[in-house]
Amino acid sequence: MSAKTPDVVAAPDRQRERGRALTRLLPYLLIAPAVIALGLVLGGTLFRNVLISLQEFGRRQLISRTTEWAGLDNYVEVLTNDRFWSTLVRTFVFMAANVVLIMVIGTLCGLLLLRLGKRMRLVLSISLVLAWAMPIIPSTTVFRWIFDTQFGLVNWLMRTLGFSGYDQHNWFDSGLSTLTIATLLIVWTSVPFVALNLYAGLTTVSGEIYEAARMDGASAWRIFWSIVLPIMKPFFLITTFLEIIWVFKAFAQIYALNGGGPNRASETLPVMAYVAGMGQQQYGIAAAISVVTLLILVVAMSFYFRLILKQEKEQS
Amino acid sequence: MTPDKLTDRIGDVNVAGPGGAPPAGDPVRQTVAGTTRSGRGGGEAAAARALRAKRFGQIWPNVVALLLSVVFIFPVYWMLASSFKERGDILTKDPVFFFVPTFENYSRAMGVDLFWTYVVNSLVVTLGAVALALLVALAAGFAIARMQFRGRRAMVLVVMMAQMAPWEVLIIVMYLNARDLEMLNSIFTLMLIYFVMALPFTIWTLRGFIAAVPKELEEAAMIDGCTRTQAFFRVIFPLLAPGLMATSIFGFIMAWNEFAMVLVLNKSPEASTLPLWLASFQTQFGNDWGATMAASTLVTLPVLILFLILQRRVTGGMSAGAVKG
Repeated sequence: MSAKTPDVVAAPDRQRERGRALTRLLPYLLIAPAVIALGLVLGGTLFRNVLISLQEFGRRQLISRTTEWAGLDNYVEVLTNDRFWSTLVRTFVFMAANVVLIMVIGTLCGLLLLRLGKRMRLVLSISLVLAWAMPIIPSTTVFRWIFDTQFGLVNWLMRTLGFSGYDQHNWFDSGLSTLTIATLLIVWTSVPFVALNLYAGLTTVSGEIYEAARMDGASAWRIFWSIVLPIMKPFFLITTFLEIIWVFKAFAQIYALNGGGPNRASETLPVMAYVAGMGQQQYGIAAAISVVTLLILVVAMSFYFRLILKQEKEQS
Repeated sequence: MTPDKLTDRIGDVNVAGPGGAPPAGDPVRQTVAGTTRSGRGGGEAAAARALRAKRFGQIWPNVVALLLSVVFIFPVYWMLASSFKERGDILTKDPVFFFVPTFENYSRAMGVDLFWTYVVNSLVVTLGAVALALLVALAAGFAIARMQFRGRRAMVLVVMMAQMAPWEVLIIVMYLNARDLEMLNSIFTLMLIYFVMALPFTIWTLRGFIAAVPKELEEAAMIDGCTRTQAFFRVIFPLLAPGLMATSIFGFIMAWNEFAMVLVLNKSPEASTLPLWLASFQTQFGNDWGATMAASTLVTLPVLILFLILQRRVTGGMSAGAVKG
């Protein structure tokens, strides 16, 4: 840079300054599209969800496009409704049953994978991966077919096993029965995630540690409690919270199985919000239910995020 | 990579699966399998008992595994089997396990009005969302992984939380939003929403992949005369191939399977996607379970194929990356 006149010297200076300003701005320019997209679509919707829950918003307001503030009326109506409380309890029981089954069966499958020979392990992993890969709607459709009243396989199985009354048994005739099938479906698709990840995690643990424990006379049960569980503790905690969140907000499986029926008896909170909104056109009520569901989810998520952040800190 | 492993269900497939992590070697298996108690009493009887116990200890895991494999694969098998059966073999009180395969269910399912519209809609929505997400996430991921700026930590937290966003709970308000903006029954709206749904984990994963590329590589390229942009496209970008592959397949599966949004937003058949069509299939066709299962298989097939690719490619890419690093 051999400049001969002051004018020429000033030019690259200004250029450099502009370059520096650009460098300072560059990261913001790069994240801008993501921030805008997330802010408008996700942030905006979350915000409006809260706003609508504070409004009288029904069919009339939908058509006239007017805003009528209602304070906490929707919440009062939701929280004094018996149906809401029974649905809340149902959602928690459903979630707990699913998560316990997923974690227990998933853990047992994962430990089994570790213990198997090469060939059998491949067979079991392939069937686990296939179950995992099944999309939600096709798998609910298959379950509806398996539990079909007239030609379903399960009714045939029950008849073959000698049970009476399964000639035309309708498996979707009660909320409990419907949710049991939903549980089977969710457990079936979720176990592979736990099993395969547990197995993958355990293979990174050196085999010598089990060897040493066995030499000292530890039983299989003892090895699980004293070695596997402590080593895999972060995995178990994080996975449990993930499953809690996933099952709690599960919508497609339950809705596509039986529409929340019969007689709204298999509704969980997300399905209830959908029915209140799209079915009864009580959008304000639906938004209030959705906010309550979100608040419950936020509690579960705060535990989850704390675990993730802790793990990240430990690893860096 | 490891913390990211857990953040998403399908993102994990790379470590799991059959071709995935190598078995930790036989010692593990032997030691865990060998924990059968040996007989207490002395003498040959005890030895024989111990031998029997040992053999039993080797057999039962295989028996249990076989039973579990059957249980887990059965619904998939039953879907496929039913889709190839003749009507008479399906609508029967006593299920048929051996049959002559037929394709008539598939032609009935594919002959439905607007079938190809649903296929095209699903493809457009899915591919569009994935492409948009990749583009936007590459920029954001690069900034987060490689640049220091105020608000970086906040951005990381936002992305992390957005990954867990419960979209299913937001469908009612999303419907009202789309209605107010006159964007109901539009493929474009759906694409936009799926893009935002896929965005957080795409940023998260790509950020990890970008951070894993040694900074020295980029600096060397810049010393050799590349600009920062050139360095990115010539040095970092090619190394991101496994990450791009994994996130795009993951995004594809997510958008391809999505049901709740399309259920509330796109009621008109012309703007519907395959999952919504499949969910209403039975109401249209009554007891035509053969065609219903054929339709299910058609919807499942692309996902199955991608799942298997994801598994193999990403595992390969990761081990290759380990050598390079």
